[in-house]
Amino acid sequence: MSVMARTAPGRERPHRSPRIGFWPVVLTLLVPLFLYVSFVRFTRGLGATTHLSDQFPWGVWIGFDILCGVGLAAGAFTLMATVHLFNLHRFEPIVRPTVLTGFLGYLFVSLALLYDLGQPWRIWHAVVFWNPHSVMFEVAWCVMLYTAVLSLEFAPVVFERVRLVTPRRILLAVNTPLVILGVMLSTLHQSSLGSLFLIVPEKLHPLWYSPFLPVLFYLSAIGAGLGMVILESHLSGRAFGRELEMELLEPLGRAMVVVLGLYGLLRLDLLVKSGAIAQAFRTTYEARMFQIEYGLGVVLPVLLLSIGRVRRSRNGLVMGAFLAVLGFVMHRLNVSVTGLERASGTRYLPSWMEMTVSVGLVAIGFAVFALAARFLPIFPERAREPAALAPEERRAALSARG
Amino acid sequence: MSFGILFDATRCIGCGACSAACKESNGLPLPIEDRTTAYTWTVVENRSGVNVRRLCMHCLSPTCVSVCPVGAMRKTDQGPVVYDADKCIGCRYCIMACPFKVPKYQWDRPVPVVGKCVMCFARLGHGQPPACASVCPTGATRFGDRAALIREARERIAAEPGRYVDHIYGLEEAGGTSVLMLAGVPFARLGMPDNLPNEPMPMLTWRVLSELPDVVLLGAAFLYGVHWITKRRDYVRTVEGPAGTVEPPTMPGGDDQKGGHP
Repeated sequence: MSVMARTAPGRERPHRSPRIGFWPVVLTLLVPLFLYVSFVRFTRGLGATTHLSDQFPWGVWIGFDILCGVGLAAGAFTLMATVHLFNLHRFEPIVRPTVLTGFLGYLFVSLALLYDLGQPWRIWHAVVFWNPHSVMFEVAWCVMLYTAVLSLEFAPVVFERVRLVTPRRILLAVNTPLVILGVMLSTLHQSSLGSLFLIVPEKLHPLWYSPFLPVLFYLSAIGAGLGMVILESHLSGRAFGRELEMELLEPLGRAMVVVLGLYGLLRLDLLVKSGAIAQAFRTTYEARMFQIEYGLGVVLPVLLLSIGRVRRSRNGLVMGAFLAVLGFVMHRLNVSVTGLERASGTRYLPSWMEMTVSVGLVAIGFAVFALAARFLPIFPERAREPAALAPEERRAALSARG
Repeated sequence: MSFGILFDATRCIGCGACSAACKESNGLPLPIEDRTTAYTWTVVENRSGVNVRRLCMHCLSPTCVSVCPVGAMRKTDQGPVVYDADKCIGCRYCIMACPFKVPKYQWDRPVPVVGKCVMCFARLGHGQPPACASVCPTGATRFGDRAALIREARERIAAEPGRYVDHIYGLEEAGGTSVLMLAGVPFARLGMPDNLPNEPMPMLTWRVLSELPDVVLLGAAFLYGVHWITKRRDYVRTVEGPAGTVEPPTMPGGDDQKGGHP
């Protein structure tokens, strides 16, 4: 069996070496820059590092690193629910890389928070000093607890690698309550990231403000989380010379159509009801940003992915997922940056140092994923997993087993 | 008793004594900047030819108090909204959320804290009025019991209706504020927000937050139910499977395979 698994990709060396060579180069260039910016940030403060101000106190570290980082990690709880609560076990082969992506996503968020907080060494204050009326208090607790849940959900993989049988068995025994806890915690904080902006009805542009922001954030996180599963499979497929599990990813594309479609309709409905829809067709800065976000990031991917022929083709599926993720990122940046600019009376563009931290943290995430994929059993022994194979291979595998 | 400040823009001559007294009383570094910062907690701005003070409005239901994740902001019984720098983690949600754009941050420091007017609550404790009110030469800034200040404001408007717009700013804005303002021109022209709900802002998020325990309980019960049903379905399938004819393993892609568990 394992012989078959190793030969199946069939294009090992020639494709692999240039890529493995490319990323270290990028990383080596990024590392000193990242260290320099970190030094400036922690010795000279936020003013010397960022373009933030009293008029614009939240920037790209919140808008991208935190809002998008958490949202794009939503694939983990979605897939855990799909496999372990809805018992659709055929998706099992893509659970591990997704949970790892989720876990790294939350680590990325926590690291970014250490850069963004004015006094990061006091991050533990949220555990000690409570304010249950604060959305951010709730987000802090949920993110903290969910990161713990994610590490427990991923721990069996590590235990498997180092052959710790008993702890692995204990974790698998409490798997169902753990997954339910993870889904509930995710539901809370994914939606609450939207609730953060409920408190500024007079500042956030009507194209983005809505009392339903928590619902919109929740739906869009599930949609984009699924999109990330597809993109992540695509990228790791290229990096590790693996075939894309099209027969597993195609249904995810279908689920994306449903979730994104629902999100798009709700969004439209809310805009019509609030009367803000008229502002969407103007030529203002906000209207332009909305048109790109909604057209390119919601309508186009829903259309693309609802066409079966597109969805079943590798490139079509990846393109649809990419557009949805892009639209998701734009939405979060529009809520947290674009939509607040007019009321703030200033414009905000991140400084190069802010960008360096964001890019650097993403790169760290990629690097850790690559390391984990090399040393841990992330990708299953595909031959042992009949559902993960193409139909002909599956037939062969099953008959060989029986 | 809940204290308040009544600022009457028609009486303000823009001398800036309030800013200077504030700096001194709160030990803030000079110079007096031309707008409020973490180091300058009150200024007199000239808008549309009118002198208008900028200071914390000390909301009755403060947004900053509700959003702060660590409870560093607190509304005291006497009226001032005070800030505990020792708790603050620097998330700047208060700065982002305040409807009056009052809290400011020490962007230039590696160990920064928030700066905002605290109505000289330490002086209040000694029975003294806030520094700004005690030095105002024209009585434009008056300190006292909020209810009494509201009565006084109404009397001033009634006595000289031509001098004032018929609006006590802060009576209802954002659920009401301890600082009240009178002016001869609409407050929007003085840079005060005129699109605030009269409902306390914290209700906007509390309405959602207070539902969350229900969401968790119902959601968890629902998910467990789904799990129970699908698991049972799987079990029935595995039990009945071998009894019938052996399934051909060629069924095209569906969740029909058995033994998905590794």
